[in-house]
Amino acid sequence: MDSALTIHRLHFAFTITYHYLFPQLTMGLAPLIVICKALAFWRADDRYNKAARFWGKIFAVSFLFGVITGIPMEFQFGTNWARFARYSGGVIATTLAMEGVFAFFLESSFLGMFLYGEQRFGPRLHLLASVMIFAGSWLSGYFIIVTDAWMQHPIGFDVGLDGSAHLTSFWSLLMNDWALWQYLHNMFGACITGSFFMAAVGAYYVLARKQEEFGWLFLRMGIIAALIASIVQLFPTGDRSGQLVTQHQPVTLAAMEGLFNTEAGAGIVLVGQPNTEAQTLDNPIYIPKALSFLSYRRWEARVQGLNDFPKDQWPDNIPLLYYSYHIMVGLGTVFIAVTAAAAFLLWRKRLFETPWMLWTVMLSFPFPFIANTAGWLTAELGRQPWLVYGLMRTDAGFSHKISAGNGLFTLLGFMGMYTVLSILYLFLVWHDVNHGLED
Amino acid sequence: METLWFILVALMLAAYVVLDGFDLGAGVISFFVAREHEERRIVLQTIGPVWDGNEVWLIASGGALYFAFPMLYASGFSGFYLPLMIVLWLLMMRGIGIELRSHVRDPLWWSAFDFLFSMSSFLLAVFFGAAIGNVMRGVPLDRDGYFFEALWTNFRVGPNPGILDWYTAMTGLLALVALTVHGAHYVAAKTEGAVNARCRRAAAMGWPVLVCLTIASLIATSSVRPGILENFRLHPWGWIIPIIVAIGLVAMRIFVTRGRDRAAFFSSAAYLAAMLGGAAFANYPILLPATTDAAYSLTIYNARTGDYSLRVGLIWWIAGLALAIAYFTFMYTAFRGKVSRRPGA
Repeated sequence: MDSALTIHRLHFAFTITYHYLFPQLTMGLAPLIVICKALAFWRADDRYNKAARFWGKIFAVSFLFGVITGIPMEFQFGTNWARFARYSGGVIATTLAMEGVFAFFLESSFLGMFLYGEQRFGPRLHLLASVMIFAGSWLSGYFIIVTDAWMQHPIGFDVGLDGSAHLTSFWSLLMNDWALWQYLHNMFGACITGSFFMAAVGAYYVLARKQEEFGWLFLRMGIIAALIASIVQLFPTGDRSGQLVTQHQPVTLAAMEGLFNTEAGAGIVLVGQPNTEAQTLDNPIYIPKALSFLSYRRWEARVQGLNDFPKDQWPDNIPLLYYSYHIMVGLGTVFIAVTAAAAFLLWRKRLFETPWMLWTVMLSFPFPFIANTAGWLTAELGRQPWLVYGLMRTDAGFSHKISAGNGLFTLLGFMGMYTVLSILYLFLVWHDVNHGLED
Repeated sequence: METLWFILVALMLAAYVVLDGFDLGAGVISFFVAREHEERRIVLQTIGPVWDGNEVWLIASGGALYFAFPMLYASGFSGFYLPLMIVLWLLMMRGIGIELRSHVRDPLWWSAFDFLFSMSSFLLAVFFGAAIGNVMRGVPLDRDGYFFEALWTNFRVGPNPGILDWYTAMTGLLALVALTVHGAHYVAAKTEGAVNARCRRAAAMGWPVLVCLTIASLIATSSVRPGILENFRLHPWGWIIPIIVAIGLVAMRIFVTRGRDRAAFFSSAAYLAAMLGGAAFANYPILLPATTDAAYSLTIYNARTGDYSLRVGLIWWIAGLALAIAYFTFMYTAFRGKVSRRPGA
């Protein structure tokens, strides 16, 4: 707990986990706001304009929190991970700098226009502004995913005489196979967060008999979007992401699944706690042969277990990795079930008479945040013990000049700061939701 | 190629200082010129639609700096660890100070956020100035190009300096005064009536202090870094920079007395850009001078990234910036004009 390495890891993990609570909501809401604006424009229905204004307000607050918690992220490569920053700057600084130049300018300019300029610019330009915000926030996501994908699956570079990585192919960096699937998986994850959030607010309005007209509008849009996103999240994006892990990080796959010994026709674990000391799973419940099929498309395929790999290649926190992965997949399955049931009731026009379903929808909004967080924990813990997979180990990358004491000082500072931010954010969103839509 | 990127990064930083400079200055000045809720709201509205975009220049410059000179980023950001973290906290407080004030209609809420906004703007101006002071004075780089500075040691300029010593405290003060005057010009140009008049008075009062500090800092810099004027001797055309600084100073005085707020604002913008340009020109090709051994200094040659990246970078960077400038021009034209008292706005 007191080593500089641990502190620097916690520092980054804490600040990025907290940061990503906001972008997943804004990236998920952005396409929904575009849909509202488009419906308002083509159907000439002012209700959708009001909806867009309301969600624009929630978007703006979340965007602000995303920006102010995001600035530390760009700094922390240098402040806490200086040796990593030096080693990989020749490659990943390209995408990080591109994010600033291409995405942030776009987002910040058009958000100003969207929030302050509805009267001044008219409906056509206002619709355009919402599209640009959508484009900007999703572009920003792409550059970050490309950066992470390079750490997961480094390509398009060579190591120069100075011992650091240098880019040799711009397009293979940007078109990294890993990045494409990870991006889609991540963005549909964000869509799940955004649409569950919208549906939950709708359910609240309907249950509280408040703004019911808009409650139904939000429920309809939210549930349909959440159903589509939840299905795409499982297949193809989740499936393809899993295949990439199988192919390029087999030891990670073994750790995620809690598979200690190599097996042919390996089953997939639904329940069970990994016991790393005894190298077993306690009270496991399996679906036989499913892991072999999902990984290799053959029921009898051989799946390598952890013991097939040298111990110094194992992810260093196997239980947490295992739980993160299982929480992500488990919640993903629940999302499909809940949204399918809600969509069915909506279609049969029976949702209103089914209060328990409305309650379920209303109370389910925190879970996509948890699932997205668990997904990122899976990706990043799975990459351990490497910072850049196969090239640079995590313990070789942190800022060796920053003592554990100084690191802990700022980590505590961030914790205090983010506690205050959380209270403010919850208060403001609650305030906006309760205030409702203007008439 | 590395010289070109040096110029590009310097230009981006200058754009950041000029643009975010006025909204930082507006934060400081709002404490003095806006006396009640409505006036504070007006000052905030002058920067409301643009501050976020201005701050993106910081992120973009940081990104470009990391891109072109990864070693400088790795070394500088870890070496200036403590002040950077404090700057991050201040940027957060300032962001919420600006954006959340209008969310709740309550005088107590307003005054809390006004304080947050002004206080964080004030401290940020000082910290940014001190940062430039550190880069001018030099830092204790080791053989591998890394260092770490405590917030202060003995306040003396020596081989083991802290972030704050008498010299960097002075540059911090200079930045505070310069940005305050710059912000006063901006708010004056965007407002009418009492706020406008008070801004002009504040700018006029700040001016003599700014002139004295500018001169003092030039003298101090040449005593802290004796060889600092070398580039001016080698390339005499560089003297145009101090001349612009002087013209900017004189012009802002003249325009403020004549009540030409926009012209005064552009004068202080030119002053700020020229001050930064001068610092960059004097340091070239050094990026971060070492106080330990001159050979350990980070230069554009030992801190740069690979050739291929720099070449490809030029293409996307020009395309991206062209787009950014297009958005900015559009935004500033769309929101031009004065912010006035509008009921219910």
